[in-house]
Amino acid sequence: MPEQLAFALEVTANGLMAGVLYALVALGFVLIYKASGIFNYAQGVMALFAALTLAGIIDGQVPFSHLINAVLGTDVHHFGWHVPAFLAILLTMVVMIALAYAVQRLVFRHLVGQEPIILFMATIGLAYFLEGVGDLMWGSDIKSMDVGLPQGINAWIDETTFEAFGYGFFIDNLDIVASIIAALLVIGLVMFAQYTKQGRAMRAVADDHQAALSVGVSLNFIWILVWSLAGFVALVAGIMWGTKSGVQFSLSLIALKALPVLMLGGFTSIPGAIVGGLIIGVGEKLFEFLIGAPFLGGATENWFAYMLALIFLVFRPQGLFGEKIIERV
Amino acid sequence: MNMKLKLTTLALGVTLAAGPAMAELVFPSLSYRTGPYAANGIPFADGYADYFTLLNERDGGIGGEPIRMIECETGYNTEKGVECYESTKGEGALVYQPLSTGITYQLIPKATADGIPVHSMGYGRTSAKDGSVFKNIFNYPANYWDGASVAVKHLLDVNSGSLEGKKIALVYHNSAYGKEPIRTLEELSKKHGFELSLLPVDHPGQEQKSQWLQIRREKPDNVIMYGWGVMNQVAIQEAANIRYPMDQFMGIWWSGSENDVRPAGEKANGYKALTFHNVGDDFPVFDDIQKYVVGTGKAAGAGDQIGTALYNRGLYAAMLAAEAAKTAQGIHNTKAITPAQMRDGMEALEITEAKMTDLGLPGFGPEFSVSCENHGGNGLVAVSQWDAAADSWSLITGYEQSDQDVLTPLIAEDASAFAAESGITPGC
Repeated sequence: MPEQLAFALEVTANGLMAGVLYALVALGFVLIYKASGIFNYAQGVMALFAALTLAGIIDGQVPFSHLINAVLGTDVHHFGWHVPAFLAILLTMVVMIALAYAVQRLVFRHLVGQEPIILFMATIGLAYFLEGVGDLMWGSDIKSMDVGLPQGINAWIDETTFEAFGYGFFIDNLDIVASIIAALLVIGLVMFAQYTKQGRAMRAVADDHQAALSVGVSLNFIWILVWSLAGFVALVAGIMWGTKSGVQFSLSLIALKALPVLMLGGFTSIPGAIVGGLIIGVGEKLFEFLIGAPFLGGATENWFAYMLALIFLVFRPQGLFGEKIIERV
Repeated sequence: MNMKLKLTTLALGVTLAAGPAMAELVFPSLSYRTGPYAANGIPFADGYADYFTLLNERDGGIGGEPIRMIECETGYNTEKGVECYESTKGEGALVYQPLSTGITYQLIPKATADGIPVHSMGYGRTSAKDGSVFKNIFNYPANYWDGASVAVKHLLDVNSGSLEGKKIALVYHNSAYGKEPIRTLEELSKKHGFELSLLPVDHPGQEQKSQWLQIRREKPDNVIMYGWGVMNQVAIQEAANIRYPMDQFMGIWWSGSENDVRPAGEKANGYKALTFHNVGDDFPVFDDIQKYVVGTGKAAGAGDQIGTALYNRGLYAAMLAAEAAKTAQGIHNTKAITPAQMRDGMEALEITEAKMTDLGLPGFGPEFSVSCENHGGNGLVAVSQWDAAADSWSLITGYEQSDQDVLTPLIAEDASAFAAESGITPGC
């Protein structure tokens, strides 16, 4: 096999893996938008907050320690224990559910019936508030995220592709795990939406709030459920991205990677988020490999992802899998 | 009577506006304790504040004049940084450490017009070293181009003096900061015969798979990084993932803090970083910091950053500011100096090993001197290496001088271009 073709295949495989990581972030946006029509600007910060909470719990950090010490004159920072990763994930999920409850009760319940732009602005406020609370709770130092996920080159793929193509492909073990988890997550979410009472209620709310209310579906419960699910997705995304780069405040910027995925896959489709992620991931990586790096000086991925999404948007404004909105006069 | 009152008020106003000698020495700290870069901003700000607190507590200030440090949060945001400057300059600010290349660029014309010196230590506009053009801007003891040159010098040393036929890749933040060393490295590649490849990484740098796959394919002999924030941690992790030898990977000082290497754990062992100051807390000044600052509950932070790379950099910046203030007091024979006098002190600053030892900082930084023509010091830079097991950096070289034959014409060229576009007549 020609060397360039082998390189292109490796880039494609890595693009697919990167796309899955983008899709993980996009999924959270889709869940909330689908059920409530809210474009949740805070989704990236939710991933950061979940990752900070998880890392803090694992490390046995005392939440709000700086505040406690400043007010009470104490000097406490750690409980002196380390929490096993699985238990810490469960505890973090409890925190995310509590957050979903608080967000619903304190913010969005009061904004029912408001224009979408008002709801969007509320999520901007929520994003900055959560960032501040995260800082106050867990501090702004960079934390390691170690929940036992494997990282580094997959030796089996390296050896197998070397034997087949004369060039060993690099695939990160973390990306493989992320792909498996994303696949399970999508299957789980689709099954939940299709086959459970709460899932069907969620879909009913997504279709028509008034109609769902009229048949006895509790809007409050469904929205808390949806925000909790988005919190869970944010936690998964936070674990994956936090393992790659450490848990730090720029983690919230991963939302930027999800926007072109949403534009392409549609704001209302869970499979769309995955397919959109894969197209963006492969597209940007191949463009960088074939055109960006050799002819344009590199660093084309960020703008190319948006350009690709824009092209799709021109032909399918609702995205690849989004619902077409037809309004008749 | 009314006219008299008006005239008196006017005279008082003019007197105040003229910037009389104040009873305190005011040092603003443009810090960033919040936002995506807070993890780096906090230790620097703590080190900067703690040194001034030490001087106040131990020595009663500088030359007996108390220090007032005004901290203003920039969030590493250029607009906020400029707001901080505007809101604090009237307090009698003696010198600004903008702590951001973007803020520095904005402050160069403003501070020059206001007559307030700016010290962009290891960042900002490299050609500000030319004091005949940038009269109020100082960037001692080293700048980005010194860093690039000493990186190549170190690679020459470890390759028996020759880089002929070698491949060196520059992984850089795709911004004005990250692009700074390109021109220098291009000149050095011509001089030493190595092949330079450029790999930009877009902000913030969380996704670098393409760049590291390219490095894996092209197998450069060495990688130099000019990164910042999350870009550093991801790059070091990706280098470890592709099994790139860490001792062939070297970052500029903004890619050389504990924050950058710790997330990769053991795999970051051997990573190198350039630095213009020493590392760790094994210096007598830290005993005083513990006694007078931490022990008395006056530390700026929790006291857990002492001895880290960025804390030491903040402390070093404060020490250089204090020494310049002392020099200014000596030159002008007054304790309560003005910003203009502070500028004179910075321009006459001389840091010797004897002086550093007296300050409790033996071997902490390079010896250098500043003059009207040279606001950047002598371009002395060392290389440090990360020991993951010991969780610490250590210097593996002495302070080496950058290649002045290459850098001096480049600085003169850039400074004269700035002078021409700004209508400045160079001169000392």
